[in-house]
Amino acid sequence: MDSAREVSDGRLTVEGFSVAARTFADRWKIHNQAFPPWSWIPLINRTLLVSNKQEEGYLSLEKIIILSSLDEIPEDESLNVATDCSEKEESIDHTILVPTLENEPHYYDFHIVYSASYKVPVLYFRGYCSGGQPLALDVIKKDLPSCSVSLLLESKWTFITQEEHPYLNRPWFKLHPCGTEEWIKLLSQSSSSSGCHMPVELYLVSWFSVVGQVVGLRTPLQMLN
Amino acid sequence: MTSQETASFLKGEVFFCEAEREGVTRKRMAKEAVKYVWEGAIPLQIYLHKSDVASHPAPPPALVLAPRIGYLPLLIPLIKPYFKDSLPPGEDSIWFDYKGFPLKWYIPTGVLFDLLCAEPERPWNLTIHFRGYPSNILIPCEGEDSVKWNFVNSLKEAQYIINGNCKNVMNMSQSDQEDLWTSVMNGDLDAYTRLSPKLKMGTVEDEFSRTTSLSSPQSGQVVAETDVAGQVKTARIPVRLYVRSINKDFENLEDVLEIDTWDDISYLNRPVEFLREEGKCFTLRDAIESLLPEFMGDRAQTSGEERSMDDTEEADGSRETGEIKLVRIQGIEMKLEIPFSWVVNNLMNPEFYLHICVLVKAPQR
Repeated sequence: MDSAREVSDGRLTVEGFSVAARTFADRWKIHNQAFPPWSWIPLINRTLLVSNKQEEGYLSLEKIIILSSLDEIPEDESLNVATDCSEKEESIDHTILVPTLENEPHYYDFHIVYSASYKVPVLYFRGYCSGGQPLALDVIKKDLPSCSVSLLLESKWTFITQEEHPYLNRPWFKLHPCGTEEWIKLLSQSSSSSGCHMPVELYLVSWFSVVGQVVGLRTPLQMLN
Repeated sequence: MTSQETASFLKGEVFFCEAEREGVTRKRMAKEAVKYVWEGAIPLQIYLHKSDVASHPAPPPALVLAPRIGYLPLLIPLIKPYFKDSLPPGEDSIWFDYKGFPLKWYIPTGVLFDLLCAEPERPWNLTIHFRGYPSNILIPCEGEDSVKWNFVNSLKEAQYIINGNCKNVMNMSQSDQEDLWTSVMNGDLDAYTRLSPKLKMGTVEDEFSRTTSLSSPQSGQVVAETDVAGQVKTARIPVRLYVRSINKDFENLEDVLEIDTWDDISYLNRPVEFLREEGKCFTLRDAIESLLPEFMGDRAQTSGEERSMDDTEEADGSRETGEIKLVRIQGIEMKLEIPFSWVVNNLMNPEFYLHICVLVKAPQR
């Protein structure tokens, strides 16, 4: 299957994923400087099993601090997110750290991984304390926006599930991919500038504008142009 | 067929001789193969971990026959009675290890055995723990419900790969889903064969059946997209590949060192694109090559197969590209020339995944 220039069935090829990942990471870096940039982790670092033909990998955003002071900052509807600047002084300038409350900060890692089975991206994430102890789902739920919590309660097994990371041999949480291609199709149909088709490179930007909200990460509108 | 005939049949030896036989015999042999797979079992000798022993003397190990297509947590009701009087007070969180190596409970038992025991160990000696679940390594297991959910999830994924959607699984009635799961749990092939057509999984014709114009494909096989003329072109086959890489040369399988960590095993959950070309047979080798191109370069060899004249040149080639030492499916060491369609139709697990264990000698870098 050649890598299509456009997506019309809501699905991605593995080459399309690499292309879309590059665009997503580039635009994020420019328009979303409140966060650190996403890194591309080539699979060759992780497993032996990489085809020489294409560079396969996944996107990684790590050590995002999510603080509990959600209610106190009304103009920002997403979670109050800060970044961990304490160790990496050489990295880009980010927002100032909001002072922590009596609860210690929770750290989150996010990986956007391509599913060869479903031909769509999948979001994996995990939370942990400063000591590295993993956070349980009910603790994470308190950090999530309230609408995704109610969805979670409705269908325990089909929304956020705990599964093994496809490459890291550790338990992570996964956003279930079933149905992704349906709403991506809807998104591409409603984008009037390109008719019914979405250019491949915009796939992840559009996808994340929906999926990111579930875990409290907003996509600035400028990224979608 | 005697069991010995069945065994050599599955090794592909008898299969090629049988190629001239009539269709009826072949159909019967295929049914035998599936039955053989469902009846496959591994004798386990399970020791209670010493930190969980609260009685004196320590209890003797439990002896259990574990179905290959089953999962370790499903054995717990059989095992626990052996040990319940020895356990310290408190709640159980059960897990298994092999020589200290925690076992992933959602991998079918037969696959774990084929992968972790280079030289098959019978009985297979495992340790059971009732406390101290390693939740930083293993995803949690809440007994049969977790195993069932994992099975259904894999089934949906397999159906998505084969049919392009998972609506048949999703639309299955609750009681049918329950019955399907129960048939797998109990190893009841008859019940499973009655229920699995409701999944309406597409089919891939056995490439040998096609050439001798056998009747319609059997249920439980896997699918192909057709072009306008109705010619079968491509299909996607659900495959889970487990690769163990060894750095040193070894003569015997028993010399292969133990695994320390799951990071030593490369796991690939990726469909094989099955290509149908006129006059060519898509073999198991072709399938593995599509997933592991590094190990199947032009000069890569498989151990035990005929080598060409210039051995020294071959040796250099395999040093660059790595070498497949062993391919095991359902405990059988496979010849790579077998048609992949046959492998899929006969050796896949009940959730429609084909689990392939590969032992490779790593390329020198």
